[in-house]
Amino acid sequence: MKFAVIVFPGSNCDVDMYHAIKDELGEQVEYVWHDTESLDEFDGILLPGGFSYGDYLRTGAIARFSKVMQAVVKAAEAGKPILGVCNGFQILLEAGLLPGAMRRNESLSFICKPVDLKVVNNQTMFSTAYTQEETISIPVAHGEGNYYCDEETLAALKENNQIVFTYQDNPNGSLEDIAGIINEKGNVLGMMPHPERAVDELLGGADGLKLFQSIVRSWREANVVKA
Amino acid sequence: MFKVKVYVTLRESVLDPQGKAVTHSLHSLNYPEVSDVRIGKYMELTIEKSERDLDEVINEICSKLLANTVIEDYRYEVEECVPQ
Repeated sequence: MKFAVIVFPGSNCDVDMYHAIKDELGEQVEYVWHDTESLDEFDGILLPGGFSYGDYLRTGAIARFSKVMQAVVKAAEAGKPILGVCNGFQILLEAGLLPGAMRRNESLSFICKPVDLKVVNNQTMFSTAYTQEETISIPVAHGEGNYYCDEETLAALKENNQIVFTYQDNPNGSLEDIAGIINEKGNVLGMMPHPERAVDELLGGADGLKLFQSIVRSWREANVVKA
Repeated sequence: MFKVKVYVTLRESVLDPQGKAVTHSLHSLNYPEVSDVRIGKYMELTIEKSERDLDEVINEICSKLLANTVIEDYRYEVEECVPQ
C-alpha cells in the first residue's frame, strides 16, 4: 500500500508520520508538497500535524485552499482512506470534508501529554484492529482542539456512528469528549491525538500502530486479490 | 476604491474561552459591572472598484475565508475612499 504524507508550509509532524508508515508499518510512503495537483498514484492520504501557514486567521483556514486539497477532495470522493491528525484534522474541518469546527482549548493552554482514549467505533477502516470500548493511550499536542458542532450535526454524528474516539478525561473542552470523527461515507477520519507518535514501545507506547494496521488491512481486503 | 472593515466574532451560542478569561480578569481588577467580553477579529480590506457587486464580493470573501460560519459571525462596514 502506498501512502502520501502531505506537507504544508508549517507542517511539523510529517517526519513522524513518514517514520510510522515506513519503519513501523513497513509500507510505502512519500512526502507530497502542498502544490501537487494529483494524488492518483497513492492509496492512502495522511495530513500531518503542525502549524500550516502559521495558523494565520484560523487553524487550517489557509491550507484548506492549497492546490493539493482539490486532489484530497477527489481522493475522498474515490473512497480512499484519508487521515488528518491534529492540524490535519483542523484542515479537514475547514475544507468541509468533516463537520464541525475547532475552538481554543477551554483552558487556553497548549496541552502536550499522553491521554487515554476510548475506541467507540471499531467498525471503521481505521479502527478494526482495536476492540470496541478498548482504552488506548495516545499523545495530544494542541492549543486548538476543542471540538464544536451544532446540535443537529451532533445528532447526525451519533446516529451514523461517526464518533470513533472519545477522551476518557476531556483535556480541551471538546463537545461530548470527542477526540476523533469519521465522515458519513467512512473513509475520512480526523483526530486530535497523534497515533503516529505512539508506534513504538521505546517511545512510550505503540497503541497508535493498530490504527495504521487497520487501514492496511481494510485496503488489502478490498484491493488485493487472493492467490 | 473602498476600505472595508470586517469584524469576525464567535457566534452567541459558542462559548468564548478567551472572552471568559478576560471577563474574570476584569472582575479581579474591580470592574464588576462588566458582565461579558467577546473577543473577535478586526480586518481592513482595500478593494478596488470592479464590475461585480461589492456586497456580493465581500460576502463571498467572508464566508469562504475570513470567517468560519460554523462557529463565527461576521459584519462589515464600507467606506469609499479616494486614492492619495
